Amino acid sequence: MDPGVDRGQGLTLSATLHRHPGLRLGLLLTPPMLWLGVAYLGALGALFITSLWGQDSFTGEVQRVWTLDNFRDLFQLEVYRTITMRTLGTAALVTIVDAVVAFPIALYMAKVASPRVQRLLVIAVLMPLWASYLVKAFAWRGMLSERGLVSWLAAPFGLDTPGYGLTATIITLAYLWLPFMIIPIYAGLERLPDSLLEASSDLGARSGHTMRRVVLPMAFPALVAGSIFTFSLSMGDYIAVRIVGGTNQMLGNVVYDNVGAANNLPFAAAVATIPVVIMLVYLAAVRRTGALDNL
Amino acid sequence: MRKTQLFATACALALVAAGCGTSDDNGTTSKTGGTFEVPDLPMLDSLGENEGKVSILAWPGYAEDGSADPAYDWVTPFEKATGCQASIKTFGTSDEAVTLFKTGDYDVVSASGDASLRLIASGDVEPVNTDLVDNYADIYPFLKDRDWNSVDGQMYGVPHGYGANLLMWRTDEVQPAPTSWSSVFEAGSPYAGKITAYDSPIYIADAALYLMNTQPDLAIEHPYSLDEEQLQAAIDVLKVQKEMVSEYWSDYLKEVQAFTTGDSVIGTTWQVIANVAEGENVPVEAILPDEGSTGWSDTWMVGATSENKNCAYAWMNHIVSPEANAAVAEYFGESPANPKACDLTSKGHCETFHAGDEAYADKIWYWTTPIEQCLDGRTDVKCTDYSRWTQAWTEVKG
Repeated sequence: MDPGVDRGQGLTLSATLHRHPGLRLGLLLTPPMLWLGVAYLGALGALFITSLWGQDSFTGEVQRVWTLDNFRDLFQLEVYRTITMRTLGTAALVTIVDAVVAFPIALYMAKVASPRVQRLLVIAVLMPLWASYLVKAFAWRGMLSERGLVSWLAAPFGLDTPGYGLTATIITLAYLWLPFMIIPIYAGLERLPDSLLEASSDLGARSGHTMRRVVLPMAFPALVAGSIFTFSLSMGDYIAVRIVGGTNQMLGNVVYDNVGAANNLPFAAAVATIPVVIMLVYLAAVRRTGALDNL
Repeated sequence: MRKTQLFATACALALVAAGCGTSDDNGTTSKTGGTFEVPDLPMLDSLGENEGKVSILAWPGYAEDGSADPAYDWVTPFEKATGCQASIKTFGTSDEAVTLFKTGDYDVVSASGDASLRLIASGDVEPVNTDLVDNYADIYPFLKDRDWNSVDGQMYGVPHGYGANLLMWRTDEVQPAPTSWSSVFEAGSPYAGKITAYDSPIYIADAALYLMNTQPDLAIEHPYSLDEEQLQAAIDVLKVQKEMVSEYWSDYLKEVQAFTTGDSVIGTTWQVIANVAEGENVPVEAILPDEGSTGWSDTWMVGATSENKNCAYAWMNHIVSPEANAAVAEYFGESPANPKACDLTSKGHCETFHAGDEAYADKIWYWTTPIEQCLDGRTDVKCTDYSRWTQAWTEVKG
């Protein structure tokens, strides 16, 4: 082919794109929009549709007939309410524990530490994310076991390991998600001008007062931003609770058991809509704090 | 075994066509009632060239290639003899087996009685031409043509062996040695908080078996055939037990670990788990309590969409050969299906597991899928089916 023609076509194409900014934008945005639309919203839609189907109780085949049975079971059987409340409570406690632990660390990183120490601390905080989730969860299983590290450490104080259960789950999840809380708070506090702290102290406020009236209100959106991560990650978790949770089950386990064991995909889909709804409510509430601008 | 049970299942199977007292006018499959119609699938007429590979879905310990323990390897000899390269995947519960097998990625599966009928009904496995399996002729006759491995006299697989769920405990922590299942079900156990149980709806049958012995007024005849009231009683037993359970197990390595650390000291187990734990110097002992137990009688089945059926048949023939059947029976701790295997197992093995002892085998309540038609032959009530059991199990765990 004559290279001149090729070049001419290339020019025409770029000229067309130049003349039509809308087309340009469209081409640029189509792939990511498709990704978001098909892979993400499409999957959510498929999930919701599946939750309205039934299942043959014997062979486990999905039956494509519309039914609300799954949702009726979900609302009528007390056990699912209990599990939902347990999951919510666990996620909330994990978030609170993380917030309480993360805030002083983030404050020190942002306002006290020298730039060198600051960099080292950021690396240290992110370092656990390099190790596999499973390794960390199983490490906690070992530590929390009978005659494990925790029981050995607690023995001199007359205490014992909490054993496998909800406490162990909360400890493990709080440990796993801590970096996701520290980093947003750290970023939020970094943006807080030092001059505000100086002004507060010049006006006679003690450090406690400054913390309450200046730092906390300004860091609050960052805190909420971090809580979105810790809360949603805990809501969906089912592995940690299997490893250290003893006999407890969370929403994720019910989904897992219905997919993996009972092979009841429609019911699993119905259960999976619960965390989606809870997160939507949570995000709507969070939007008012302006935390979404902090992500 | 039990005539009534056979009859009930036969009824369940024949319900669509003939209707044992229940009418199904339109003559099509009634998918809701727990009855099932068997898809009409062809079986292999003759064997051809081996395909060179086979994908095996098995209970842990059923297909050992020496990677866990070099002393236990009956897969490599199979590969050498047939040229079929075996890839092995293990599962922890029958439900998991059914789900995995439905993906169509596997050629052959070791299905227990609570999985086999479901696989037959859904058309995931096809009938097996037992004439093409040389070693089939040697298998104990009482394992053939049973209600969990055949339909209307047509075998859907090759019997593998059978065994019982055992009661295991740590000898250094549990004294005196327990003799009955009541040690894991009765409230106020001194080992509360350190009891373990099997994490599957089928475990409800263990509670039902316990009730059979302790509460005769419930009139439970068959632990897989419970009406709503009997199921409720079993659920209550399990809820009492739950308060004393440290954790449930379905991954057998998780149970080994829990017994090693002492987080669990007593609970239900398989012989193979006891063997692994003993191999790691954990002081455990496992027994079959006097009141009997639930257990399994497994069948190797061939996938209907398998592309390696010749290799699948070769595997089925291999696993019931005297050598392999002896090795697997000894390793897993169960009775072999092939009496000739008893000449090759260590001394006393076949006596311990009462191989070939039909009366003993009848004391084991083999895993069976509960269906709406009561397996004990009652016709005046509806029994609870497996989906109800699944729901009940979620409720027990809370």
